[in-house]
Amino acid sequence: MLTASEARSLINSRMELADQAAIERARSGDADAFRVLVERHSRALFRLAFRMTGSESDAEDVVQETFLRAYRQLGKFDERASFGTWLYRIATNYSLDLMRARIRRSEQSPGLDPGADDPVLSARSGDPAPDRLALSGEMRKHLAAAMDELSAAERTAFVLRHFEGMSIEEVGRMLGCQPGAAKHSVFRAVQKLRRALEPLVSTAK
Amino acid sequence: MTHLSNEELILHYYGEAEDPAPVDRHLDECQECRAVYGSLERVLNVMEALPVPERSAGYGAQVWRRLESHLPIRTRFRFWTSPVRWAAAGVAVATLLVAAFLAGRYYPAARGPVRMAADPQAQERILRLAVGDYLDRSQMVLIELANASPRAGLDISSEQERAANLLIENRLYRQTALQTGDAVVAGVLEELERVLLEISHAPSLLEPAQVDDLRRRLRAEGILFRIRVLGSTVRNQDEHKL
Repeated sequence: MLTASEARSLINSRMELADQAAIERARSGDADAFRVLVERHSRALFRLAFRMTGSESDAEDVVQETFLRAYRQLGKFDERASFGTWLYRIATNYSLDLMRARIRRSEQSPGLDPGADDPVLSARSGDPAPDRLALSGEMRKHLAAAMDELSAAERTAFVLRHFEGMSIEEVGRMLGCQPGAAKHSVFRAVQKLRRALEPLVSTAK
Repeated sequence: MTHLSNEELILHYYGEAEDPAPVDRHLDECQECRAVYGSLERVLNVMEALPVPERSAGYGAQVWRRLESHLPIRTRFRFWTSPVRWAAAGVAVATLLVAAFLAGRYYPAARGPVRMAADPQAQERILRLAVGDYLDRSQMVLIELANASPRAGLDISSEQERAANLLIENRLYRQTALQTGDAVVAGVLEELERVLLEISHAPSLLEPAQVDDLRRRLRAEGILFRIRVLGSTVRNQDEHKL
């Protein structure tokens, strides 16, 4: 029986094999091959970008910009690396830029409503999981609000570690920092989330 | 007793503790740390419920449509926005009309070629016949792959070649369906195009695991069923109109 991480790594290696052929053709100018890559990775990128930015429109922007940058830099892509990871790195960097720009804008215009693009309100799930149903709308608002309290670096490190299942070392590589720095970003994020959510989770038991 | 730090508990939760056995032993023995770990688990587990808007299976195709116009794509691939499109469409229409002409000339029940070419209903019927035939051929390729044995590796180069040829036809028919406002046909053809693209750009030699993966995806996506339904709808329409 495979563990979850072994299963993930098996799926990833299969996907990487399938990606290699498409990358080779895309590099020689075959747009259909690049389309295959876009169709294969769009949904995962959107999930990552949404969790990082907390905004549907920003996540759409991240997906589009990631593929544009990937297309322009395809010649620089190291074939020994994973294409999915490479896309994630581009998306992560661009999401960080967007989040920092948003923080700058809200500092310059404090009157703007930070909840205008509330991920909870904008989320539309056609098939909610049982645990999601069990959670009240109020609780989901608290989850999103707690995420919004994280700094851009903390949020990114937490999303990559918690939702994407990357190891701390991989998170560090993705963010271009030492594993120690990535670890501290994850720790700080978890501590902040605990402080914000622990009273609610305890009473919801 | 030295208690576990928050950092140690977080690493343990994520399975990244250097040596998990002593942490487990301590949690068994220490009620205080067990309570802190329990609370950490509850908070992190509840984070899984953070909602993410759903994106359908066709989302990748939507992203591609938005992206395509921004990419510096070589002319031969900008098929639908280049004059090649019209030349190809012209060739396709001409082929259909020649087929109609021959059918009219040599098939006694058929009507005269000139009337058929000028008659929109006849043209529509020719198109339906062509789409029906196209769906049959696409179905053959997909059935061969869906029924391939997952025990051995598989050389799919011949299926890839057929898929690449079918793609060109698919675009003509899909575009026609869009122009005539037939959203159902256009939708199925778009899905089929995505599957054919995947096949034509997969490695030619598939490992057993990849064969199995492809078979499962073809079954899970239900594309074969949808092609069969559309093929039968197209044929039925044709029979009713005769």
